[in-house]
Amino acid sequence: MNPQVITANALVEGDVVYLSAKGAWARSLIEAQVYTDAALAQDRLAAASARSGEVVGVYLMDVATETGAPQPKHFREDFRQTGPSNKFHGKQADAQE
Amino acid sequence: MYQYNNFDHAFLVERNAQFRAQVARRLSGELTEDEFKPLRLMNGVYLQLHAYMLRVAIPYGTLNSAQMRQLAYLAERWDKGYGHFTTRQNIQFNWPKLSDIPDMLDALGEVGLHAIQTSGNTIRNVTADHFAGAAADELADPRPVAELIRQWSTDHPEFQFMPRKFKIAITGSPNDRAVTRAHDIGLRMVERQGEIGFEVIVGGGLGRTPMIGKVITPFLSQADLLPYLEAVVSVWNQIGRRDNKYKARIKITVHEHGIDEIRRLVDARFAEVRPSFSGVDQALLADITSQFAQPEFRDASTEGFEAARASDPVFNAWADTNLTAHAQPEHAIVTISLKAHGATPGDASAEQMRVIASLAKRFGYDELRISHEQNVILPHVHKADLPELHGVLKEHGLATANIGLISDIIACPGMDYCALATARSIPVAQQIAERFDSLKLEHDIGPLKLKISGCINACGHHHVGHIGILGLDRAGVENYQITLGGDHTQDAALGARTGPGFAYDEIVPAIERLVMAYLDIRESRAETFLETYRRLGLAPFKAALYSKVQAHAAE
Repeated sequence: MNPQVITANALVEGDVVYLSAKGAWARSLIEAQVYTDAALAQDRLAAASARSGEVVGVYLMDVATETGAPQPKHFREDFRQTGPSNKFHGKQADAQE
Repeated sequence: MYQYNNFDHAFLVERNAQFRAQVARRLSGELTEDEFKPLRLMNGVYLQLHAYMLRVAIPYGTLNSAQMRQLAYLAERWDKGYGHFTTRQNIQFNWPKLSDIPDMLDALGEVGLHAIQTSGNTIRNVTADHFAGAAADELADPRPVAELIRQWSTDHPEFQFMPRKFKIAITGSPNDRAVTRAHDIGLRMVERQGEIGFEVIVGGGLGRTPMIGKVITPFLSQADLLPYLEAVVSVWNQIGRRDNKYKARIKITVHEHGIDEIRRLVDARFAEVRPSFSGVDQALLADITSQFAQPEFRDASTEGFEAARASDPVFNAWADTNLTAHAQPEHAIVTISLKAHGATPGDASAEQMRVIASLAKRFGYDELRISHEQNVILPHVHKADLPELHGVLKEHGLATANIGLISDIIACPGMDYCALATARSIPVAQQIAERFDSLKLEHDIGPLKLKISGCINACGHHHVGHIGILGLDRAGVENYQITLGGDHTQDAALGARTGPGFAYDEIVPAIERLVMAYLDIRESRAETFLETYRRLGLAPFKAALYSKVQAHAAE
């Protein structure tokens, strides 16, 4: 299978989050747990989807791992991990704080 | 404009308290997302790509300065210091936290604003001609009727869980600036033997299946309006398709059943509904109408205005593009451009909102409008005040002289914000505006409506743009299709696709080739882009768009 990570939006802020290896919702893709086993990914997705008091809209997203750290494969996920291109807001700005 | 009475205020307070409790139950885990989602949508709360988004209704595009100041306050207190005016005369805040939204709604309620039915499968914010109540070409001010429709449709018990959303637009001018032919119901005020009534158009819409609306009745008396609207919505609510959300809008119902059958069903339903309207609605309308009385227009010399036009070329250019004829010849309608070259179409900072509010208070009889073209309007300004007003606008980046020109672009939020988008819209708009500004050509090009949507839902009205751009996801890459010859006016038409789309870095040069071709082939400066297209059709524009690509492919 393609390497995948679990992503969602945080319930209170609506911010993009990724499920980390420790089972926490991380704000940065670099902290995400990468799954290469389809059965395990589905199992973790089901468990993560049940955490509806923390997040909204949980799904698996494809990533590239050639550089070591997970990278989005689709441009939509690139915007989600960066922020809008017309204003320096969102994660790109949060990373500087 | 309409002032909330005690009932309206109490209704909003109660509604906001309900939503506050719903948010609390969601945050505490008592409500699941599936349970909460329809509740938040009823109150204008979306979850977008990076954050929640709160969509606030600006009913029929009318605001006063206190309301604009409150929008500025929301932008600074709970958002990132700006708001985004949309093609539905709403304002969207892109970054609120869910836990803050109840406070935002309370703050809106203080000035008679709300977010009710700005989403969900309900009757949405009623939109109107943005020059309503001021335009020289107007038959009557449509806003009292729009307010009546707002009150009738808000929390209407029969119309809260419909097959899909439902949008009504109204114009009082024969020159349609409200896109009435691309709404679920379009209302055009018309006169017959001295009586003002409505031509009713149904089944228009853009989106994945664009349709121009059809006339269901050429003349409807004012007293019959609400029961007739109720009959139309009621018929669709019953027979509209709930099996497939993409076929649920009334345009599909009208298309599948035919306008004659829909008319027969509506007439039958109208006969049932009409007796239940005892005339209370007309008494209410009379009261509402009295609140839309024209301001007492001041009298002054316009010599200073004429002198400034003669002596200041920057002011003169702005006056040429951004002023529209007012019913009172000594006054003008001022369109404040939210399309500075390179800026995000429709965005206004909190500071700009406050400046606009103070200008409305000082020069504009405390009235403002928001246009579906994502600009702000001061509907009544005496010409004597225009030079000073222009000076203030210049200081705040609000004096761009481009209304109706190629850089006055409608653009939806696109993939920079929207969870439904398939490509970006805003950067394409920014680059086109900057490109034509650097070429110093846009005044030479003249009237041109360029509209960009970042997905097939068509919030950017690309189907009715003279040039339309539709951003799609083609195999994981942004790709932009071009349509030509669309028209949003009383002569509404859907644009025709030119051919294959263009990549993100090819779309701006493609638009440039298209416009350069127009400059070459127009008969004279007086022939607009749309007129040239109608005279010559797609062929010369396709040649300009694709000849280079074809030559390249042949190499």
